[in-house]
Amino acid sequence: MEKFVRHEGLVAPLDRANVDTDQIIPKQFLKSIKRTGFGPNLFDEWRYMDVGQPGQDNEVRPKNPDFVLNQPRYQGASVLLTRRNFGCGSSREHAPWALMDFGFRAIIAPSYADIFYNNCFKNGLLPIVLSEDNVEALFQAASEEGFRLTIDLDAQQVITADGLALDFEIDEFRKHCLLNGLDEIGLTLNAADEIRAYEQRRQEREPWVFQDH
Amino acid sequence: MAGKTLYDKLWDAHLVTEREDGSALIYIDRQIIHEVTSPQAFEGLRLAGRQPWRTSASVATIDHNVPTTPFKSAADITDETSRIQVQTLESNTKEFGITEFGIGDVRQGIVHVMAPEQGVVVPGMTVVCGDSHTSTNGALACLAHGIGTSEVEHVLATQTLVAKKMKNMRVQVNGDLGPGVTAKDVVLHIIGIIGTAGGTGYALEFAGSAIQSLSMEGRMTICNMAIEAGARAGMVAVDQTTIDYVEGRPFAPKGADWDKAVAYWRTLVSDADAVFDQDIQIDAADIKPQVSWGTSPEMVVPVDAMLPDPQAENDEVKRSGMQRAYEYMGLKPGMPVSDIKVDRVFIGSCTNSRIEDLRAAAQVAKGRRKADSVKQVLVVPGSGLVKKQAEAEGLDKVFVDAGFEWREPGCSMCLAMNPDRLEAGEHCASTSNRNFEGRQGNGGRTHLVSPAMAAAAAVAGHFVDVRDL
Ligand code: SF4
Repeated sequence: MEKFVRHEGLVAPLDRANVDTDQIIPKQFLKSIKRTGFGPNLFDEWRYMDVGQPGQDNEVRPKNPDFVLNQPRYQGASVLLTRRNFGCGSSREHAPWALMDFGFRAIIAPSYADIFYNNCFKNGLLPIVLSEDNVEALFQAASEEGFRLTIDLDAQQVITADGLALDFEIDEFRKHCLLNGLDEIGLTLNAADEIRAYEQRRQEREPWVFQDH
Repeated sequence: MAGKTLYDKLWDAHLVTEREDGSALIYIDRQIIHEVTSPQAFEGLRLAGRQPWRTSASVATIDHNVPTTPFKSAADITDETSRIQVQTLESNTKEFGITEFGIGDVRQGIVHVMAPEQGVVVPGMTVVCGDSHTSTNGALACLAHGIGTSEVEHVLATQTLVAKKMKNMRVQVNGDLGPGVTAKDVVLHIIGIIGTAGGTGYALEFAGSAIQSLSMEGRMTICNMAIEAGARAGMVAVDQTTIDYVEGRPFAPKGADWDKAVAYWRTLVSDADAVFDQDIQIDAADIKPQVSWGTSPEMVVPVDAMLPDPQAENDEVKRSGMQRAYEYMGLKPGMPVSDIKVDRVFIGSCTNSRIEDLRAAAQVAKGRRKADSVKQVLVVPGSGLVKKQAEAEGLDKVFVDAGFEWREPGCSMCLAMNPDRLEAGEHCASTSNRNFEGRQGNGGRTHLVSPAMAAAAAVAGHFVDVRDL
């Protein structure tokens, strides 16, 4: 997994609540058996005027000039600012894959759907929770062209160019894994003996769970 | 000390170890696998040179991509990318020694229909799948929830998940449901009240006399949509209905194991003195047949209502969401629900494709015909076994006589990854669970309803109150 320590980048504001995973990456793109290449189809239905299909040349497709990510001032954005309950809907990890592949490294919102939130951490994408008021203030600030933010994971702070620092909460274990880019499976396998001991206890109590078929 | 909730008991029974930071390793009894969210997980195993921890913990099937017109082998799937996913699952399950109900197997079907039907999932288990509607299995008093692909790989390799305990929430529905009011209406009504993020961070137990009076099929419909209320996991306590449902299923315990299992399963109820972080009471008598009008499952109204006015909404974020939804749906505030015309009807999905759902739809369709203005009515059973049962009961004939199309099992127009989909601007009465923009096809407009309400809309050409038929 990609490490996340400190990041500085351009902010793109997506002023919508309840953005669902079908919007983040429409289902026709889930047919890939790879983890990469989803970036050009991020927010496909909002970004392009035509209906997207896998395998198209996205460069030549008609773009929706009103959609925020198509505006010249947000090219190269790597921090997504958005509204409450971001990522609701399906469990597809293609959603964080698409956001990462597009170039986002962090998201800022008042809240996220549980499964999406969890999926972000597995991929080195940092979902930051700030209060509705702070998010609103950042939306105001982002109306200024070239608005950038620094994110310091170790200090758990979002920092503006004029030095205003907003604190955020994050789970210790997740922070540790992100800071060090750790492979969670490898970590868990360190507890293999405990897993085996647990299985033995369970097998006595509920043998049917372990039946072969 | 306060008693334990059902969720507390399931959590405690699966705890392998707890870390100092409050995260825990929980043991996963079953993983259900399908073609869309698993290829990258198997690839990850291969790259790291890892083997599955316990192959008997996993069962796979194909559902999201498969055509619902008859086909004999993967080679018959014309869409190349779909075919590759179906073939990739076949070769991955073979390579790693995992049971798959594949093409031509009567047990093949939507993951969340197949697993309880086979007894692959029984009470007291932890169940995961790379699919958010895994919550369906919670109807069997399981801790069941969706996971992402990295976690699919993690569970394959370690049989555990890194998790943090959720909070407890209970929704009690008390009293008797009125005639024509189904499990689907109950859950849509609940989501209308608590909202699509109301259950975020919670494990959600559905309880109360109205829930207990439901069949297992109905309970699955309700738990299926827990995720639409923001809760990863929904569940219902064990009672006689649960035990009767599980008995005799192919993978269920037998003989002495069965007696031992039943004795244990009977303890899988929340203690009388258990404390919930949130406890919501709903009167069953208040619930009417529901129709969703917008682009989020919380945008739902009773069939006899007018569409709501965004100006009456105080929350600014919600108000702008409603305005956007009206624009997308091509509808106007104040319009009666019965004025919404439908172009297509979809009866299926892991919410409503079990035998009872098909019976309810057939009861309405019997002796009637689809309105000429309705272009297509798809009826898609949840599994090969549901299809067989329906045909044995003659339901397929009822549907065909009514001008409906009787199809092969799969996810179909629930998410339109296969050829079944809406055209832009079309309104669909759908028994599925999500009415998001573009979910059933680019520009398509979904209205979530029960199977009986969907069949009634097919016959009338617009929404009608199934109680008036
Ligand atoms: S029927 Fe729909 S919701 Fe259910 S698993 Fe298939 S795509 Fe997902």
